[in-house]
Amino acid sequence: MDTQAIIFAICSIGGLGIVFGAILGYASKIFAVDEDPRIGLVQECLPGANCGGCGFPGCGGLAKAIVEGKAPVNKCAPGGAKAAAAIAEVMGVTAEETEPMVAFVKCVGTCEKAQNKYEYDGIDDCVMASQLAGASSKACAYGCMGLGSCVKACQFGAIKIENGVAVIDPEVCVACGKCVSTCPKHIIDLVPKKKKVKVQCSSKDMGKAVMSVCSAGCIGCKICEKTCKFDAIHVIDNIAVIDYDKCKNCGMCANKCPKKVITGYRVEAPKPAAPAAPAAEAPKAESAAAPAAEAPKAAEAPKAEAAAEATENKAE
Amino acid sequence: MNYLLFILAAVFVNNYILSQFLGICPFLGVSKKVETAAGMGVAVIFVMTLASAVTYFIYNLILVKLNITYLYNIAFILVIAALVQFVEMFLKKSAPALYQSLGVYLPLITTNCAVLGVAVSNMQAGYNFILSVLNGFGGAVGFAVAIILMAGIRERVEEGDHPAAFNGFPFALITAGLMSIAFLGFQGLISVSEVVKAMGL
Repeated sequence: MDTQAIIFAICSIGGLGIVFGAILGYASKIFAVDEDPRIGLVQECLPGANCGGCGFPGCGGLAKAIVEGKAPVNKCAPGGAKAAAAIAEVMGVTAEETEPMVAFVKCVGTCEKAQNKYEYDGIDDCVMASQLAGASSKACAYGCMGLGSCVKACQFGAIKIENGVAVIDPEVCVACGKCVSTCPKHIIDLVPKKKKVKVQCSSKDMGKAVMSVCSAGCIGCKICEKTCKFDAIHVIDNIAVIDYDKCKNCGMCANKCPKKVITGYRVEAPKPAAPAAPAAEAPKAESAAAPAAEAPKAAEAPKAEAAAEATENKAE
Repeated sequence: MNYLLFILAAVFVNNYILSQFLGICPFLGVSKKVETAAGMGVAVIFVMTLASAVTYFIYNLILVKLNITYLYNIAFILVIAALVQFVEMFLKKSAPALYQSLGVYLPLITTNCAVLGVAVSNMQAGYNFILSVLNGFGGAVGFAVAIILMAGIRERVEEGDHPAAFNGFPFALITAGLMSIAFLGFQGLISVSEVVKAMGL
């Protein structure tokens, strides 16, 4: 009797399973819906990281949207021009060039430069910590908290916390925008990869308040605004903001900035007696500009700047 | 009249979410917008009615006959999962518009314990085929009513002024509790056992 019960149990449940499996297998053939074969082809061209940077649910969602014409062929930022070209071929259209972007952290308030209000000993996560009263252990309310929510959000390993501040490797970053939406302080922006001149501060506090908490903060002195010949940089709400459409990468504002919060300067502000050395931190891409900048070593400051600008214009 | 009372009892008095606390997961998960809540509600009505019909046959024609009724949980889960899969394929082919509008909620129903709960309570109450289907339909309508009401309340609260600490789930759980208390007011309105008795079953 016992063995019979066991056999009944196994056979009936197993049988049910087999019958349902068979019905489903058969039904999947009968009810198969013809999908556009291009969806699969487009999906193969995409990176397949499912980062969601395009706003669609994963690469499959974007592939479907592209085939249906709801998204442009160059919508995938991580895939870049290569993926756009491949998808354009599948879709039979020509891809428009998109400017490669890169994420950039607008804060350099490292442990030495920025002061702390208190010792934070909570959950290692900016989003969590930002919900506490006081919001950030940094004395600056706008600065990078350095707890690495962006590091966790980045699927490409492009972000590191260095000395209390998130740093993004522009060579690894694919501009998917995940960190931009994760950062509770909203200090990460997507900027054109070509642009070397960027403001490394987000503080909207007045100059004195900034100086009291951080030695690397924008004090809103407007020297950059007066220096810029292209009307590309403006102090809005006590913080310098660059209009990347107008910025010519000349780096004049970076040279003049008294707090050195703007990146991309090419020569140290030359002093009359001492010869100006090429800036150690000048970006590699401008190595061509370096010899030219060395030439007018002894020259007066305006001349050196003019020379740098001239080489820049030639390079463009 | 008795059938109507029976359905009303399933919708309000024995509401699966607010009186029996089944199907809380989708109730909290997809009640942020009235639109999606309505989608979930319709999908549940569809599947729960079908599932109570199919599980009735499986239980009475297979489990009871073979004297293995103790396996009802496994059998019902199997049936519901297979049914949802089948319905999904069927709708994708024959009613793409309905399939699109139900969207992701259709496969999600597999994990809705209210569907299993309806099948089990039909079995335990010993309902016949018609009562089983009506109970499934009524229970699903009750689910839809509860989730749509909940979504409406949550939408209003999101727009309105409320303490930030109550954002999201804390508020949803408090709301669910208050709604449950309100629905307790239906208790005693209709006695299911007397309705069933009056039908001569």
